[in-house]
Amino acid sequence: MGVGGLLAAVWQVEIVRMVVLAAVVFTFLAVGGPLFLVLAERKISAWIQARVGPKHVGPHGLLQTVADTLKLLYKENILPHRADVVLFSVAPILVAVAALLDWVVIPFAPGWVVRDLNVGVLYFAAVSSLTVIGILAGGWASNNKYSLLGALRSAAQMVSYELPLGFSLILVATITGTLSTVRIVEAQPYPAYLYPSVVVAAVVFLIAATAEANRIPFDLPEAEAELVAGYFSEYTPMRFALFQLGEYGSLLASSALFTTLFLGGWKGPFQIPGVGPVVDGLVWFLLKTYAVVFFLMWVRWTYPRLRIDQLLGLSWKVLLPVSMVNLLVAGLLVVVR
Amino acid sequence: MIGLSHYLVLSSLLFGLGLYGVLTRRNAVAILMGIELMLNAANVNFVAFTRFVDPTFVRGHVAALIVITLAACEAVVGLALVINAYRHLETVNVDQVDLMKG
Amino acid sequence: MNAEALAFYALAAMVVVGGGLVVQSRNLVHAAVSLVPTLLGVAGLYVLLHAEFVTAIQLLIYVGAITVLILFVILLTEGATGLRVPQRNEQVPLALVVSGALVLLLWAVLLRVPWGPPAGTLPPYNPGAVGRSLLMPYVLAFEVTSLVILACLVGAIVIARREE
Repeated sequence: MGVGGLLAAVWQVEIVRMVVLAAVVFTFLAVGGPLFLVLAERKISAWIQARVGPKHVGPHGLLQTVADTLKLLYKENILPHRADVVLFSVAPILVAVAALLDWVVIPFAPGWVVRDLNVGVLYFAAVSSLTVIGILAGGWASNNKYSLLGALRSAAQMVSYELPLGFSLILVATITGTLSTVRIVEAQPYPAYLYPSVVVAAVVFLIAATAEANRIPFDLPEAEAELVAGYFSEYTPMRFALFQLGEYGSLLASSALFTTLFLGGWKGPFQIPGVGPVVDGLVWFLLKTYAVVFFLMWVRWTYPRLRIDQLLGLSWKVLLPVSMVNLLVAGLLVVVR
Repeated sequence: MIGLSHYLVLSSLLFGLGLYGVLTRRNAVAILMGIELMLNAANVNFVAFTRFVDPTFVRGHVAALIVITLAACEAVVGLALVINAYRHLETVNVDQVDLMKG
Repeated sequence: MNAEALAFYALAAMVVVGGGLVVQSRNLVHAAVSLVPTLLGVAGLYVLLHAEFVTAIQLLIYVGAITVLILFVILLTEGATGLRVPQRNEQVPLALVVSGALVLLLWAVLLRVPWGPPAGTLPPYNPGAVGRSLLMPYVLAFEVTSLVILACLVGAIVIARREE
């Protein structure tokens, strides 16, 4: 169904449906995102660094994030001196909402997608770029030079890495002939002669998505050793939690999009016996998505941080030319067949 | 029923707002923002005419896409000029940038 | 009032209020951030007009790139964009008259024309239709646009580069 279909349907029903879906997705995002990922991140980092990690709250520290969230809720909201009140409050909401909106086009299982837009992939790229505005506004509104520097770095970084990311998306669209995420999943597996191009695009996508999510080795915007905590230095409890929600939400969303575009989405190597196609799809999809998340966490705790010029150089001098040539080759192959 | 005239009235209002911004702002970046509003008004017209008058080849959409591309180009060059002016003259107000050679 | 009318008026209010803030805010960062609701509202209008591809590009280029670029430059030139510097020139009354007159003139003409009901039907798969249109009848415009992009890329780098 296209975007225009939204109005063709009975609109009151549509609105109720949208509210319910938004609530479901948001719950998934909050639970499967920060609440679970923060714990996973701490456990994995501990495992990589031969530590134990959180272990006191709940069995094996499973409730640590819940306790942390409660702590955040009880803390005082502090407004920095001479901060811009409106923008300071709106910025974290914008970041969290942008991460939420990403999920509209992600297909979880056959037929399980909030809305199968026929410009789905473009929509994803467009909505995730909204995050930058939230970060810039938040960094500026904090009235703190470290926040502003972090926000400026973040904007430069995200705008530079959107280009290689976009080229990877265009490559997939060229091969499948559609921008709809559902039809992209249906078109997989890709023909064998395109594998080299797809692998290159996948690697570029993964690097660019890590940079978009502001994670090590690309976490310049919040480099704690030099910028305190970057654009959210001044943010206290709930607003800080919203930024975290946005950050982990977009990490999860990028992993989900990677799964959709390159790992076959809900399709598994074999049908799980005894369950319907929806459960089967859901299981494979979540398995793959969290595998990608795990990979990104592994990278985070293994590599050191890049310098800002290296970071921008990597995007403009390596990833962009590589993905352009790659797109050219893939386009040629698709035409010649 | 929302017809073509609704869209045209709205877009002319948006165009007027943009024009007002261009005429009254001193800062070059703010003038650019006014121009963006005017371009958006034009785009709304293009797309509305495609829907209501002539959907052949979705011409209006193509025109809107080209306008968006050119708007991006214009923003890039315009902002490069602003950065350059700020570096040399420490102002970005168009009524103070009056040198032919910096 | 049906869904389309409701959506249209909500989006129209968003566009006009946002646009007003863009041209009226004393603080330029506020003005730039107000561009976001305005452009989102315009994107919503494109949805109502069944222009899905243009909507996505509007979000991607206008909201995601141009607004960010504008905000970036405002933050970089803080010294000249701060609140201490007056942001408006002495032409306010004149500009009000000129743009008000223009809008009224446009309205007077627009509302007198008997616009017919929607003519023809839009193709079902919008991105495909736009792509075919760009590469068949309008391929020249497409190519010229890419030349312009190249020129502006080179131009922007040359202008903004720091001289050694």
